Amino acid sequence: MAQKIATREAYGNALAEFGADERIVVLDADLSKSTKTETFKKKYPERFFNMGIAEGNMMAVAAGMASCGKIVFASTFSVFASQRACEQIRNSICYPNLNVKIGASHAGISVGEDGASHQAIEDIAIMRSIPNMTVICPADAVSTRHAVKAAIEHDGPVFLRLGRLAVPVIYDESNFHFELGKGITISEGKDVTIIATGLMVSMAIEAGKMLEEKGISARIIDMHTIKPIDKELIINSAKETGAIVTAEEHTVMGGLGSAVAEVLSENYPVPVKMVGIMDEFGKSGKPDALLKMYGLTAENIVEKAQAAIAMKNR
Amino acid sequence: MDKQKLKELVKEFRKKATIIRKHIIEEVYNAGSGHPGGSLSCTDILTVLYFHEMNVDPGNPRWEDRDRFVLSKGHCAPALYATLAEKGFFPREDLVTLRHADSYLEGHPNMNTVPGVDMSTGSLGQGISAAVGMALAGKLDRKDYRVYALLGDGELQEGQVWEALMAAAHYKLDNLVAFLDHNGLQIDGKITEVMSPEVVEDKFRAFGWKVINVNGHDYVQIMEALAEARKTKGKPVMIVADTIKGKGVSFMENAAGWHGSAPNKEQRDRAIAELDEYLSKLEVE
Ligand SMILES: Cc1ncc(C[n+]2csc(CCOP(=O)(O)OP(=O)(O)O)c2C)c(N)n1
Ligand SMILES: [Mg+2]
Repeated sequence: MAQKIATREAYGNALAEFGADERIVVLDADLSKSTKTETFKKKYPERFFNMGIAEGNMMAVAAGMASCGKIVFASTFSVFASQRACEQIRNSICYPNLNVKIGASHAGISVGEDGASHQAIEDIAIMRSIPNMTVICPADAVSTRHAVKAAIEHDGPVFLRLGRLAVPVIYDESNFHFELGKGITISEGKDVTIIATGLMVSMAIEAGKMLEEKGISARIIDMHTIKPIDKELIINSAKETGAIVTAEEHTVMGGLGSAVAEVLSENYPVPVKMVGIMDEFGKSGKPDALLKMYGLTAENIVEKAQAAIAMKNR
Repeated sequence: MDKQKLKELVKEFRKKATIIRKHIIEEVYNAGSGHPGGSLSCTDILTVLYFHEMNVDPGNPRWEDRDRFVLSKGHCAPALYATLAEKGFFPREDLVTLRHADSYLEGHPNMNTVPGVDMSTGSLGQGISAAVGMALAGKLDRKDYRVYALLGDGELQEGQVWEALMAAAHYKLDNLVAFLDHNGLQIDGKITEVMSPEVVEDKFRAFGWKVINVNGHDYVQIMEALAEARKTKGKPVMIVADTIKGKGVSFMENAAGWHGSAPNKEQRDRAIAELDEYLSKLEVE
């Protein structure tokens, strides 16, 4: 079985790995042990600043530092980053287009036992609607490392959506290529395309195998960058497979599914089925139990894929 | 500074501030909207900052080692723009394009379109945090630039202000000086009636800041406070400036109604006439 690593873990490691760059500064809001910015703090304590439990202030402080040439990573749980500090991100970071990277961990219901108050299921929708913001939701540890690198190289605000749960490592560092705004085609297929993001990518891979057993050939895409979204890949996949399934650990309102549907309805309408959370809050429980409960499994993807294909043949 | 020199300097500030006040009236009049009251109350502070205290270069607005200024009460952009134009950051003639669709002079400060603006503001409570970030970056880089911020007294009602003040004291940001434009008014009336932030000095001290009280229209007091702030080590400094909202235009003084409305033609003429009269008095003095 594949090795499992949480993307937050990979985030902390990547910050430490690339942290030699003196421009990099890391801020946290009393969650450095959970967001894993502690890994950076241990290596570069002079460039780590705890801002206390004051997320709004942290984001605007990050903006001020960025205006002085710093590449600032500001971390907290995604609920607090995307929602408590939403307006600070909008007005102090995105409007002036400052070089702040928001490391938002504990996204989605796979947070588990802490329950709904700590499970961000709206963050993609909110963050992608803000001009100048780039939104990345990496699927595993390898792509997280590359996403952090890309965020450092990108000049402007980036929202990095990270998970608490250890997830399978699906990529091989030796032949992995990451480009901001370009989805990764994991496997080719002709009957349907499954576009997934975050931890749903490994479920999509599993779903692809299950579909294959049923004689259905599914193309699997890892859409790590949700904004700017890879329009070309989406349109080509619609043309070549005629049906799309999206899969995200996020509400179906305004997230990856919506982003894909926006592209298709304007350019090449085909049936789109969405796997995601259906306009409800999460709850406490073991991550795996919650993923099942909320319909975020490979089986759910398979069902939706079959439904999308059926619609195509209407 | 000897007495004669100081007297001349004060006279220069008076003239400069009056010219800035005239610009404010023209900007808001030509825009047909904007915030004259709070702009007029902070004019003297901005005059001392930009024409005495701060180390900036109008020819190189993004100069790395410059002192920074954050207008946390961003709605007073007319005062900041007028000051920056007088300092030479952009042509004075452009001021009357404020808030026009084809102008770079946004209704609230935009750091990417207006030369000399160090931070985009407008949402109250956020600018002071950005100033904390700039001061923190300065410390980290061992630079000796200083960071100045200007807060409104109604703005103090934003919880984020106190988060920022706490952080500034925690990180011992003695390169940070904030002014409180203590004019006693906000949109809906007196700050003490809407939601009192008083006693502000006690609160600032409790949050770890050094507090200096000044009359915000007294140039000597403002200069002295800034000099004292430079000598202060280990903590940030809050200069509580008692001011008059609408200062310099008789019918706008201490009137909450002039917080965010533009004068009509007759009012504009009257305001300009008053300021011109003051200017000509200064000439003969
Ligand atoms: C977060 C936020 N809420 C509301 C406003 C609208 N607003 C603009 S100015 C103002 C009153 C400000 O009063 P004060 O801080 O005392 O400013 P001054 O008297 O110096 O003009 C308000 C409520 C805003 N700009 N930002
Ligand atoms: Mg006021």
